[in-house]
Amino acid sequence: MIMSRRTTGLAIEAEGLRRSFGKTRALDGIDLRVPAGTVYGLLGPNGAGKTTAVRVLATLLRPDGGRARVFGHDVVEEADAVRSRVSLTGQYASVDEDLTGAENLVLLGRLLGLRKPAARERAERLLAAFGLTEASGRQVKKYSGGMRRRIDIAASILNTPDLLFLDEPTTGLDPRSRNQVWEIVRAVVSHGTTVLLTTQYLDEADQLAGRIAVVDHGKVIAEGTPGELKSSVGSGTVHLRLRDPAQRPEAEKLLGAALGVAVQPEADPVALTARVGGDGSDLVASEQAARALGDLARAGIVVDDFSLGQPSLDEVFLALTDHPAADERDDQMEAAR
Amino acid sequence: MSDTATTTGRPSSVYVPSAEALATVLAPGARPPRPSALGASLTFGWRAMLKIKHVPEQLFDVTAFPIIMVLMFTYLFGGALADSPRDYLQFFLPGIMVTSVVMITMYTGVGLNTDIEKGVFDRFRTLPVWRPAALVGMIFGDVLRYVLAALVILGVGLVLGFRPDGGVLGVLAGIGLLVVFSFAFSWVWTFFGLILRSEKSVMGVSMMVLFPLTFLSNVFVEPGTMPGWLQAFVKVNPITHLVAAVRAAMAGSSDPSNTMWLLLWSAGFVAVFGTLTMYRYNRR
Repeated sequence: MIMSRRTTGLAIEAEGLRRSFGKTRALDGIDLRVPAGTVYGLLGPNGAGKTTAVRVLATLLRPDGGRARVFGHDVVEEADAVRSRVSLTGQYASVDEDLTGAENLVLLGRLLGLRKPAARERAERLLAAFGLTEASGRQVKKYSGGMRRRIDIAASILNTPDLLFLDEPTTGLDPRSRNQVWEIVRAVVSHGTTVLLTTQYLDEADQLAGRIAVVDHGKVIAEGTPGELKSSVGSGTVHLRLRDPAQRPEAEKLLGAALGVAVQPEADPVALTARVGGDGSDLVASEQAARALGDLARAGIVVDDFSLGQPSLDEVFLALTDHPAADERDDQMEAAR
Repeated sequence: MSDTATTTGRPSSVYVPSAEALATVLAPGARPPRPSALGASLTFGWRAMLKIKHVPEQLFDVTAFPIIMVLMFTYLFGGALADSPRDYLQFFLPGIMVTSVVMITMYTGVGLNTDIEKGVFDRFRTLPVWRPAALVGMIFGDVLRYVLAALVILGVGLVLGFRPDGGVLGVLAGIGLLVVFSFAFSWVWTFFGLILRSEKSVMGVSMMVLFPLTFLSNVFVEPGTMPGWLQAFVKVNPITHLVAAVRAAMAGSSDPSNTMWLLLWSAGFVAVFGTLTMYRYNRR
């Protein structure tokens, strides 16, 4: 029965959540419906309101307006019931840096009601599964960034939660540590835990999330599967690499004529990029691309490398917001707690 | 956070997450029963002990500071206010013990403020435990510091010639009253620790409250020597009641009226500032 509660229905249901800090509207009417048992991505630049949304849903902040339920429990009225089913791995270290890894886990185990021997045993098993046995006796402040993230996540699954909030879990991590976190997230969700993940990395949302809500200025501006979001922009992208850089200007002209769009030369002197299928013509992207390739061959331009891909989420973001994802507004008002 | 990008790990211990290993810790087990309010508070108290173990420097303010206070005031005022520093000490030691320990209570606010900055309280606040436990446990840890400070002062006093007529029991009773009051008074600082923005402002406010409160009392001199308006304040100052009660206990007698006032003040601090603190804590 518990399993069915964990994996069916909606884990999160939020309607019109609003929250301001002074004059800044961090949440300006957010609606979310997160199906249980999936990874759901909240994607947006710094300052979009992602952290505020997570803090409201995790019962850390009260909304100014709107309502949210987690597994049917209101986050304000039934905060305690919500707390018993969720865990939060915040953007900032959510373990005690002065304590060792093992002490942190034993502490949390005790607070969740385990007796000391059971808490110790649970801590040891978690440390082993997260590759931290060797570091278990070291203070967390001496951990590397990747280890710190792992102990954070380990602390969050002391009692395997039904819903896990991961607030920018890979920000500032090197690629290997990032991959480790991704593997852990996949393992967590495969055991029935719902994961709400915030990220500003588009490929991360693409890699992990079943559905994504794109958040900007405290509102959800688009929602869907990664594929839906990409096709909503309605185009693919052609990447070309030529053998002879001298032929690039000619190739650029030919491609532009064949595709009916502007072609972008890249920093690499032999590379070209163009968007296809976005002009409302009847031809699908692959046919357009094939026609363009034929034109190039007839003009004697040698193409070494050719690829046709879906637009990246980066391009999706740009198309949706008219501003790039890397917005320089910072998280200060989100962090102002 | 930003420094983490460069930590590419030691080649000797590359962690590869294994689905099987993770599966063993992810299987949803039976939830243990929720810990009791006291159990959770004591666990948070244990955290405070561990912090002292790992960062023993933080005991500096409960050892060095009191020693300096005792030495400074005994020799500064001793000759002027009594016949000799040694005579003055008999009157003064319980008072300086109260002053030092009450001053140390402000570190509760400073500590809470830093803790919250670091984000670990976000996790504590999402745990399904008795809400005040994190704060009560923190103050439990501080109580240990208060006891330590009191013992350090007692030790220095004994070396300098303090001879309490109350004996061991009287001294313990005095320290007991002091600890009860300090526990209650700490809730003032948890409140300020929660509402003020920085560690520095917590310190500033603490000093503004603590200096008048401890100095405008019967700690250093008999209130009879002060002007009437000041006596009026000194008389209602909780520190005055506390010092009188502690002095009496250490001298082997008792002071029921001042003891009652001191306990009433303590209850009042917990009721008012404990409530305010929890209100803020829940609404952050």
